[in-house]
Amino acid sequence: MARYDRAITVFSPDGHLFQVEYALEAVRKGNAAVGVRGTDIAVLGVEKKSTAKLQDSRSVKKIVSLDEHVALACAGLKADARVLINRARIECQSHRLTLEDPVTVEYITRYIAGLQQKYTQSGGVRPFGLSTLIVGFDPHTGVPSLYQTDPSGTFSAWKANATGRNSNSMREFLEKNYKETSGQETVKLAIRALLEVVESGGKNIEIAVMTKEGGLRQLEEAEIDAIVAEIEAEKAAAEAAKKAPLKEN
Amino acid sequence: MKQLDFSGLESSAPLYGGNNELFSDGFTDSPSFDLPVTSDFDGFQKNSIQMVKPAKGTTTLAFIFKDGVMVAADSRASMGGYISSQSVKKIIEINPYMLGTMAGGAADCQFWHRNLGIKCRLHELANKRRISVTGASKLLANILYSYRGMGLSVGTMIAGWDEKGPGLYYVDSEGGRLKGQKFSVGSGSPYAYGVLDSGYKYDMTIDEAAELARRAIYHATFRDGASGGVASVYHVGPTGWTKLSGDDVGELHYSYYPVEPAVVEHEMSEAVSASA
Repeated sequence: MARYDRAITVFSPDGHLFQVEYALEAVRKGNAAVGVRGTDIAVLGVEKKSTAKLQDSRSVKKIVSLDEHVALACAGLKADARVLINRARIECQSHRLTLEDPVTVEYITRYIAGLQQKYTQSGGVRPFGLSTLIVGFDPHTGVPSLYQTDPSGTFSAWKANATGRNSNSMREFLEKNYKETSGQETVKLAIRALLEVVESGGKNIEIAVMTKEGGLRQLEEAEIDAIVAEIEAEKAAAEAAKKAPLKEN
Repeated sequence: MKQLDFSGLESSAPLYGGNNELFSDGFTDSPSFDLPVTSDFDGFQKNSIQMVKPAKGTTTLAFIFKDGVMVAADSRASMGGYISSQSVKKIIEINPYMLGTMAGGAADCQFWHRNLGIKCRLHELANKRRISVTGASKLLANILYSYRGMGLSVGTMIAGWDEKGPGLYYVDSEGGRLKGQKFSVGSGSPYAYGVLDSGYKYDMTIDEAAELARRAIYHATFRDGASGGVASVYHVGPTGWTKLSGDDVGELHYSYYPVEPAVVEHEMSEAVSASA
């Protein structure tokens, strides 16, 4: 009789959990996602793959809110994401009910990561194939934070991070160009990171901004186009400035 | 006929999402039992509750004032007409900044307050911040609600100081939970409320508030047979709780109402001068 209770995630002789590593591969094939934390703002951005002509683009929101003050973007298997997001949303409300307080970003990240870990150590299930970027404001201190989780169930806080396709080049860009920013500067930094790996233009990028008062706000395509234009203009000016002194010499 | 062998279908691996004590919410796996068949179920329920419910023979009180929370209680334990102890600790120290009072079943109160203390500490360790009084009282209330109808007898007040300031909640074994500024629980509570309500002002000093609490307990022990022993008074401030006093109510009586020296029969001449 076939036994379906055998664990799918087992150790390899050299200490690897291959299913978890394969899940990370699935993440690497997912769309690019970036998150940047500012002093008073947190920004999430994802690459928007071109939607089919007949598809209603509004039904495929890639940046979702978990509660009024917490939002999530992910890279990887979108169906797994839906399940995880629903569980996280329930946990946010359950916390409000039992503690009469909204969740902290760290708490809900720990919950999601805990869930991802449980599925690497249970019988008959496979790990979730997604990494998440979670942003939000602490309801008590008002400080913004950015966290990342991955299929193995680890999580940590970041100033800026990227996941999904070409995440390494995005992360390199962020490491070189990150500085403490606020407001619109933070949005620009996130978009510049995404533009490193994504085709330029508002229709290929989805950006959402989280502020303490305003909650989560998805930027309109026109807004994104405007910022992209600004960035390109700045780049062109920088190029021109580099060439000009050379000419004089 | 050979029986089909289903043993292979039984999983020996742990179920995902299966029961894990650490993550239990107190509701989902509480015990249950079969009920007898009867035509008057409401009457049956009422009678069985009355049979099991021990009367909460005690006086406890707590109130919020400008400098924090004052908590006071007596120390008598009674079994019907028999006084089983005069030195019961009815104010339970959940953690250095939260207190719970005991009314009802002593074992129930002690155990569940201890359990609450454990949960509060685990919350602190996991979340790197203290649990709020709101959260702690809700944890206890949810647990007591899950045992509703099974004979727990707990009438407690959770008093503490958290980020939002002083907090006071009343929680009982029926599953009720009330937020308030002034509570008294137990058989002596009507008497305590009388003194408390007439003397309460939000802007009292710590000493005034302690004296009010002490007097309220004293008056309750004077009139209620199930309350007595020692009147303990605790104060919860921004840095935690401190025990202010523990006075025997007999001695308190004589300090409030000192005995007039007895008039001794004198000779007629001395009696005239004595009464002048």
